[in-house]
Amino acid sequence: MAIIEFNHVQRVFHQNGKEFVALKDVNLQVQDREFVAIVGPSGCGKTTCMRMAAGLEHPTGGTVSVDREVVRQPGPDRAVVFQAFALFPWKSVWDNVEFGLISLGIAAAERKRRIEHYIGLMGLGGYEQAFPHQLSGGMQQRVAIARAYVLDPKVLLMDEPFGALDAQTRVVMQEELVRLARQHPRTVLFITHAVEEAVYLADRIVVMSRRPGTIREIIDVKSIREAENWDQHKRIEDVMDLPSFVHLRTQIWKLLRDQQTGELH
Amino acid sequence: MMLQPRLDSGRFLALTALGGVSFLALWSAAAMAGLTSREFLPTPWDVVARFARLVVEPFAGYTLFEHLLSSFQRFGLGFVLAVLVGIPLGLLMAWFAWVDRLVSPCFEAVRFIAPIAWVPFAALWFGTGIGGPVLIIFMGAFPPVLINTYRGAKQVDRKYIEASQMLGASSLRSMTQVLLPAAVPSIVAGLRISAGLGWQSLVGAELIVASSGVGYLMVKGQAAVSTATVMSGMIAIGIVGILIDVGLRRVQQVIETRRGV
Repeated sequence: MAIIEFNHVQRVFHQNGKEFVALKDVNLQVQDREFVAIVGPSGCGKTTCMRMAAGLEHPTGGTVSVDREVVRQPGPDRAVVFQAFALFPWKSVWDNVEFGLISLGIAAAERKRRIEHYIGLMGLGGYEQAFPHQLSGGMQQRVAIARAYVLDPKVLLMDEPFGALDAQTRVVMQEELVRLARQHPRTVLFITHAVEEAVYLADRIVVMSRRPGTIREIIDVKSIREAENWDQHKRIEDVMDLPSFVHLRTQIWKLLRDQQTGELH
Repeated sequence: MMLQPRLDSGRFLALTALGGVSFLALWSAAAMAGLTSREFLPTPWDVVARFARLVVEPFAGYTLFEHLLSSFQRFGLGFVLAVLVGIPLGLLMAWFAWVDRLVSPCFEAVRFIAPIAWVPFAALWFGTGIGGPVLIIFMGAFPPVLINTYRGAKQVDRKYIEASQMLGASSLRSMTQVLLPAAVPSIVAGLRISAGLGWQSLVGAELIVASSGVGYLMVKGQAAVSTATVMSGMIAIGIVGILIDVGLRRVQQVIETRRGV
């Protein structure tokens, strides 16, 4: 069953009397508990797609639905992990994670149980009373992921969540997200410009092109991952060495590269 | 921004002392030169002596500290009232465009009226009761609180507002738990300006509509042609003003340290 549905989504800007098509006829269905990554060059509108599913932006044509309801405004059933973390600096780790649960009207005892569970799962034990500025970037993003997962949302929307992290931290976070995604499968829409990250994490990869931003190709990763049993490898570098991984990565690289050269002519 | 290299603390203190001593020397010289009578321009030591007497001996009904206490109570009331109205209204204006539209035109016009211009109404409505000075202090202290709350809340990084909406917070929670704390540095900066203006307006108010307070003491001093009394009042005002600002600056520092700025 499709949980997230992009139906002929269009986004047109008007600037100085000129029409500028940012997104053109985007059609995409994300199935229940499917992890879909959107990759594409900057300016292709991939972040706009995610923000439309979140209700933070709106299409000028077509509709975006989540769980068969047209998205009109942001809400806790569509939890977002932002690239810039967006943790509240004046709240402790615990209070940041608790914030959305209070909106949902969840009783104190249940809140405590859920927060403790996700704080433990994200390796944040002992940092409950710390403030965001006292934590490293990687730790802050763990808090942001816990804040999203704890809501038990219908969908998780991640906007280049590891883009602001250094290379080593990013690898650790990618491994943890894979662990989390396999243990607690959720419907995830993941935006990134890092091809390897997308291949490593996603069940399907949507490759977008720009001017106008539209879907160029959708590539199935899950069947290959399962056939080749990538998940038996714990470390990302072992997976990245597998011929099947290299093949997929190259295929997507070429798709993105074609656009670049096309632009030069 | 630092345009010139920082001074070391020894020189810093020396310059402060030099400035103070020069000022006192110029003042003494002017008072001694006989350009005008000593009654019209008292010497620093005349003022110090007068100040010391005002501390122990009642003048215009009360001692200097009693006058100050009475002034400070009015200031406190007017200031707290300005804060209680200004902060919530500023947040509402920043959050709801319609409140902004509703309030802004009137506010923009009223804020250019000097607080002292309300004196006739303060006198008519409240006589010499506490309401008059409080009204005038409120008129002085309210605009900076409102403006700084509004601007601070308007400048809150969009990502926090989006996070708050995404986490399902109601308007009330978004205002009190996101806009308010995010705007606190700007609000506290506004409170410092506001306290300064309120405290200044107070003296103006007491010159006319009061039967106690430092302003009242100064008017009585003028009537008695005791310029040393007037200057003692000025000094007391200055000292209390500095203390208020130092207190608020402390608050500002504590908040900034907690935020890790």
